[in-house]
This record gives sequence, structure tokens and C-alpha cells, in this order.
Amino acid sequence: MAERYIVVGGGLAGLMTVIKLAEAGKHVDVFSIVPVKRSHSVCAQGGINGAVNTKGEGDHPDIHVKDTLKGGDFLAEQPPVKGMCYAAPQIIYLLDRMGVPFNRTSEGLLDFRRFGGTLHHRTAFAGASTGQQLLYALDEQVRRYEHDGLVRKYEYWEYLSFIKDEQGACRGIAALELRTMEIEAFAADAVCLATGGPGIVYGRSTNSTINTGSANGRSYMDGAIYANAEFVQVHPTAIPGEDKHRLMSESARGEGGRVWVPKQKGDKRRGKDIPENERWYFLEEKYPRYGNLVPRDVGSREIFAVVKDLGMGVEGQDAVYLDVSHIPAAILDRKLGGIMEIYEKFQGVDPRHEPMKIFPAVHYSMGGLWCDYEADAKNDMVPGSPRQQRTNIPGLYAAGECDYAYHGANRLGANSLLSCIYAGMIAGPAMISYARNNMKAKGDVPGSLLAAGKKQWDERFNAIYRMSGPENPYVIGQQMGDLMIKSATVVKSNAQLDVALGEIQRLKESWKRCNVLDTGRTVNQSAAYVNQLWNMLEIAHLILKASRLRDESRGSHYKPEFVLPKPKTAKPTDDAEFMAAWKARNDRWLRNSMGTWTPEGPRVEFQELQSLKNPILAPEPRHYD
Amino acid sequence: MSDKVIVRIERSDGPGHPSRWEEFQVDRRPNANVISVLMQIQRNPVTTEGKTTTPPAWDAACLEEVCGSCTMLINGKVRQACSALIDKLSQPVTLQPMKKFPLVRDLTVDRQKMFDALKRVRAWVPIDGTYDLGPGPKQSPEVTELRYVLSTCMTCGCCLEVCPQVAPGTAFLGAAAISQVRLFNSHPTGAMNASERLHGLMGEGGVADCGKAANCVDACPKGIPLTSSIADMARETTKQALKDWFLRDERKGGAGPAG
Repeated sequence: MAERYIVVGGGLAGLMTVIKLAEAGKHVDVFSIVPVKRSHSVCAQGGINGAVNTKGEGDHPDIHVKDTLKGGDFLAEQPPVKGMCYAAPQIIYLLDRMGVPFNRTSEGLLDFRRFGGTLHHRTAFAGASTGQQLLYALDEQVRRYEHDGLVRKYEYWEYLSFIKDEQGACRGIAALELRTMEIEAFAADAVCLATGGPGIVYGRSTNSTINTGSANGRSYMDGAIYANAEFVQVHPTAIPGEDKHRLMSESARGEGGRVWVPKQKGDKRRGKDIPENERWYFLEEKYPRYGNLVPRDVGSREIFAVVKDLGMGVEGQDAVYLDVSHIPAAILDRKLGGIMEIYEKFQGVDPRHEPMKIFPAVHYSMGGLWCDYEADAKNDMVPGSPRQQRTNIPGLYAAGECDYAYHGANRLGANSLLSCIYAGMIAGPAMISYARNNMKAKGDVPGSLLAAGKKQWDERFNAIYRMSGPENPYVIGQQMGDLMIKSATVVKSNAQLDVALGEIQRLKESWKRCNVLDTGRTVNQSAAYVNQLWNMLEIAHLILKASRLRDESRGSHYKPEFVLPKPKTAKPTDDAEFMAAWKARNDRWLRNSMGTWTPEGPRVEFQELQSLKNPILAPEPRHYD
Repeated sequence: MSDKVIVRIERSDGPGHPSRWEEFQVDRRPNANVISVLMQIQRNPVTTEGKTTTPPAWDAACLEEVCGSCTMLINGKVRQACSALIDKLSQPVTLQPMKKFPLVRDLTVDRQKMFDALKRVRAWVPIDGTYDLGPGPKQSPEVTELRYVLSTCMTCGCCLEVCPQVAPGTAFLGAAAISQVRLFNSHPTGAMNASERLHGLMGEGGVADCGKAANCVDACPKGIPLTSSIADMARETTKQALKDWFLRDERKGGAGPAG
């Protein structure tokens, strides 16, 4: 009998996994809560990194590896990062062959622009909606396979859980049809979760409403390890909104955009009326080399310091200026059209002529489901190894933002589209190897296992439909978001985290007193939400717990109580005292936090990185000035 | 300006169920849009008359007008709910599901036929494989810029909703799929299969069914030149039909290498 494969999630990572499976002639069932073309990858704006080196700058995949590892403060296993950076140029070429309308040079070649955390032009882009264009390209290729009968889409189906056999291996999934509310169990020889990040745990973020992290939360509850949960990226530049915070791409700065505030506190003049010498370009001043293109964690912290500590926000508000008005409008339209439109449409101000008011917003989870890798002695990834992207649950894989693997403590801009596609490219072949090795031994998935999986969820949802307490689940979700924003974003403190850990318990209790609001069986979004909400509360709990336990500052995780002293020399390595403190910190904390679910709450252990025994690059102090 | 927002929603429990109007009143918040108002209703699903009801069902995802999910009729006009700012809408704000697609519930409809149309016209570049095959073909910035605009189509359905040729029981593919043929036929590799896609635009429901009302181009939230795409593809399908007729002998076999 032919193997069966399931991919959950239809963003870049999921679709690339599907393509790799279908290309090998395998039948794939892909599950998605929305038509896959509407997945969150559409929101990525600025571009995709690859050291193609077409600008005479001497760029090389090795420099990309170094920028990525340093950007993440060395908290990433190194061989997968190397594999990704080396594959990047061919991935960009592949996307070009698929028809992505990348911006071009006058010679007709791919154009590249600057992005944060690097000094090279390394980012290929399609206007300022690169994620949308990449997703469409993969969507089209998957539609071709669907047309040929290799791929079957289950759109408007929500993953509920994986189904485990007696040995603890994944043998399929249970899923909910979001229109008829029917629950079914599906058998598979290997399953890949490509279900994105948990931004909605924070209420409002730059994420789509569908990014609940529910699938991850549930998988964690069922035994999958969730690693580095405390690393959640806050993007420096977003437009605060009532329903969501809309991203203003880093590419605005890559194309020359400048961040500033009026030198005079509370200056009431309009931004465009404030003369040049009365503007404080605080990033350029403090970071002469990287300027406005410091990594995101650094940028967000600096903006917070200017606004919260110095009270220098624009007109006393939580806002700084992001200014592109000095760039000719025609260039802005050609290279940044998508975000120019977003700002104009949602704020009613033309950013071609007036500086934009922006503020940091929760954007991306570096943490996610822990997954394995296999590399050879030269630190090259072993092609087709069943260990690539595999979680600690045999047969269960993870790819994309839902995995923890590529970005360490902070992700560099334009590395996410790349990591999604690369993870999908290696997850597909790994799943095939796994299934081939295990099919004979395991045989067909027993019908009783599937029946039990379905029954468990039928009972769970019947209980949800009966929930008639006083609490509105959406209000609990809002409270969870407010709590997380207050406790686990740019600046964290143990005192606040202790409070939050108590609060999250209280919210979990409130959940039990929820009202389902709707008992119907047609598009019952609130019943689905009640289920998602519990899984979100579990993820929130883990983020808080891991944040509380990590007593250091690294990348996006910043506790003023635990900051290394500034080195006293220009080169940090020349300051022996600093280096001793830095080394002591790394000995204790250069470890992955491994989160395991227990009925009493998250258990978090700190585990050394495998690849540091034979590293590609020895860790070094992370400085951008 | 009132400190309240009044919203009237046309609701139905599904196909075959009668529709009803429900009115809600929520606090006006700065920068509110239709989505944030629907979120307020979720948190307190009580009508203006004080009746507790179920939260209305609606589709949404990106909330920045790139995914196409939250398309609905807002004050009678089809558009995305996320970019519909409350301050710019007259009150009461009416919300209705799109009418040219099968209703699922409340504000959610089934737009599967748009994705099926993309299959019919083979809207993809048939690449040889995902292996490392080197760079793609060179393209001029001008061609890429046009292709980019065409490629921003998010399959939202606005163009079908306003098209007089689209109605229950009619087969017209609509502007979105026609414009996608132009997108793929203008790619150097995609052009090799241009005739396949043009054949997808011929016959029942094809480009010839366009009534030239040109509503589509005004309704498109992405400013895609849909009427130019339709005109271009109408010309190309005519040429293709002539070519098919002249080359009908070849097609039956005999001439040229087999395959």
C-alpha cells in the first residue's frame, strides 16, 4: 500500500513540504483553516535573503551564516543555519523560475536590497509584498499537483491533535471541519505541522487572526517539546491599530528610511515642518555602522528607551517617526508600493510626503516545536535523513515559524521566508525516509486508533457546546493579550513575570467558566475559538514560565536586571573583564529552553546546543556599534 | 461625531435558512474599522434591542488587505472589511455577505469556484522541478512591473461580485482568472504553454462571455488593470482560434515529431 502523508498548514513551509512530497510522486493531504492562498505568509513584506552577490560586495553564504548566527546571539544549532544559507541562492532562483515577479535591475537580473543585521545587499524582493508573491508561486505549483491528482486539499479544516499509537509515534491527526463542525480522524505515515506562530496569544500583533498557535499548543500538551518559547520578536516599526498592528517593513529602512524624533520634547509641529537640525536620528547616532538597520531586537529596545524612558515620543505619544519622504516617490512606489498603500489606506496620510508614526509590535516567534537535525562531520546537513525537522514525537515533523530551529534569540529580517522554504524542502524528503523505514514494521494504521482519536474530540467538543458559564471567551482572549503585552515583550522583569504567572492561572480558571456563545453546527466560530483559546493559554503560560526562568539578556529576551556590563574597549574581545562575564553568562545560558507540558504547568529545562561541541563558528560577543 | 457606532448585519444560519437583520451598537474607538467593530460584537454579542445573540460569522485573516478573506458588502459596496475605516463610513453601517457566491453562514460565502477557475486556466508556470537548475530567465523591469501588479490578485471576488455576467447558473469565469492567464502568458517560461491557458479561456464561460460592463476594474481593491487583461486575452484567444483552425491538420497528427 502507498504511504500517506499529511501536511498541516498551507503557508510557505507547508506548501514547500507538499511540493517536495508530490514531486517524489507521493499523495499528500494538506489541511488548512483557510484556503491556503490566504495563509499568513502573505503578510511578509520586505524580501528573502540569499547571498547571491550580484552587487560586487563579496557577499558569500558563509557571511550570511555568520550574520544569522550573530543576529540570533548564537542560540541556534549551526548546521541547519549553514544548510539554509547555502541553499538560499538556489531557493531564490527556484522562486524566480516559478514566476515570482521579483524586482529587476536594468540588465534584467534580480535586484537585491539591504536589510537589518547585515552590511550586504542580500534581499531579493517583489515590491513590498514579497511574502504574498512567494506564497502565490508555491500555491500555483501545489494547484498544479492538485490538478494532477497528487494533492488533496482540506481547506477550512482545523488540526485538533496528532494521533499517537502505543509506542508514542504519530499515526495521523484529528481535525475539525470548520463549516459543518464535523470531526474526523485521518491516518498518515508521517505528519508535518507547518502551522505558523502564536502571535494572537498577544492579542494584537502584526500577525493574522489565524495565527493562534493553537496547533502548537495542543501538540505541546500531547508531548511535543516546545523550545525557546521566551524568544518572541518585537518588530520596531508597525502602525498601532485597534484590530491589529500593521507592519511597516524593515525594507523601508533598507531603502534609506530614517528613524527619528523631534529634539524638542513634545514638539507640536507636524513632522514634515520640523527642520533637519531639530531632528534626533537616534539610531544613526548610536550605531554609526548599521544605523537604522540594526537588528530588530536592538531597534525595538532603542525606540522603547527613547519613548518610555526619555519621554521623547512624537507629541508625547507612543510613537517615533519612520521617514521615507526624502526618497523620490517613483522609487517608493516601485520598491515599497505595498507598504506605502497600507500606510495611506489605514492612516489617511501619504508617507511619500510626511513621516510615518510607528511603534514596535509583537511580530515573530523564534521559539517553537523543537526539532532534530542530522549533519555530517563537516557540519553539512545529511540529505534525506529522517531526522531533519522531526520533533521528539516519531513521525511528527515541524517546519516554518512553528519550529524553533533557525533564528536563535532573534531573527534577522528576510530570513523567515527563507527558513520556511528551506525547512519545507528538507522536511518532505525526511518524511519520506521515515515512512519508508517504518511502514513495514508498523503496518496499516489500526482503525481502532483512529476511532479513539475521533471519539476523544467528539467528547471534547460536546463538552464545549455545553459550556454555559458567565465568561465570554473573546474577553478572556483579550485579557490574555493585554497580560502578555505587559509582561513578555521588549523589557521583561521577574517581578512582573511572577505576577503574570499568577494571572495566567486565573485566566485558565476563567476559561472553565466560559460560555460557548453559540451551540449551532454551522461555522460555529466561537466553539472553535474556545478550543483554540485553551491551547493559547498553554502557550502563553510556557512563554511566561520560560521568560521567568531565563535570567539573562539575549536577543529579544531582555531583562534589565541581567545585562552584561558594556565593554570598556572598542573591540569587546580586548576587555578581559567583559569577556570573563560574557563567557560565564554563555556557560550558564547558551542553552535551549525545552518546554514540556505537565498537568501542573510547564516544565522547562535548559539544554546545551548539540552543535557547539563542533561549531562552525565559535560564539562571539554581539555588538553592532 | 457620535461616540457610538451602529452596525446592521444581514445574517442567515446557512443556505435555505431565511435571512434576518440584526443591529448592534458599540463604542466608537479611534482608528476603528469594520473588523474591530465585529470583534467588539464578539466580546458582547447583544443586539441594540438587548437580545443576546450568537456572534456573527465572518472570514478574516491578514487584516491588511493582502489575503482577500474578509470581503463583504459594506454599505452595499463590495470591499475588504479590514480596510473599511469606520470614520469614513456613513451610519448605520450595513454588512452583508457577497451575493454571487453560495452563502455558508452570516457573512461567510464559498469562493471555491474562483480557485477551480485557476485550475481550468492552468494558472502556473510548469517548472521542471525544484532542484538546483540555476537562475530563471532574464526579464525586463517593465515586464516584471506589469506582472507584479497582475500578480497581486488575492482571489477576493470583488470583480465577480460586481459583474453582471456572473449570476447563479452562469458559467463565466470572471475577470480574476482571465487576468491570471495574462500574468502567466507574459512570463518567458509560462509563455511556452500560452495556448493551453488560452484554450482554458475559450468555450463556455470563457472570455467571450464578458459583457464589457467594466465594473470589475473599478471594484478591484488592488488596482489591477482587469479590462486591459480581458481585452488582451480576448485578442489572444481569437488569434488562438484561428491558429487552431489553420493548424488543424497538424493537430490530427502526421506532421512534426511525435510527442
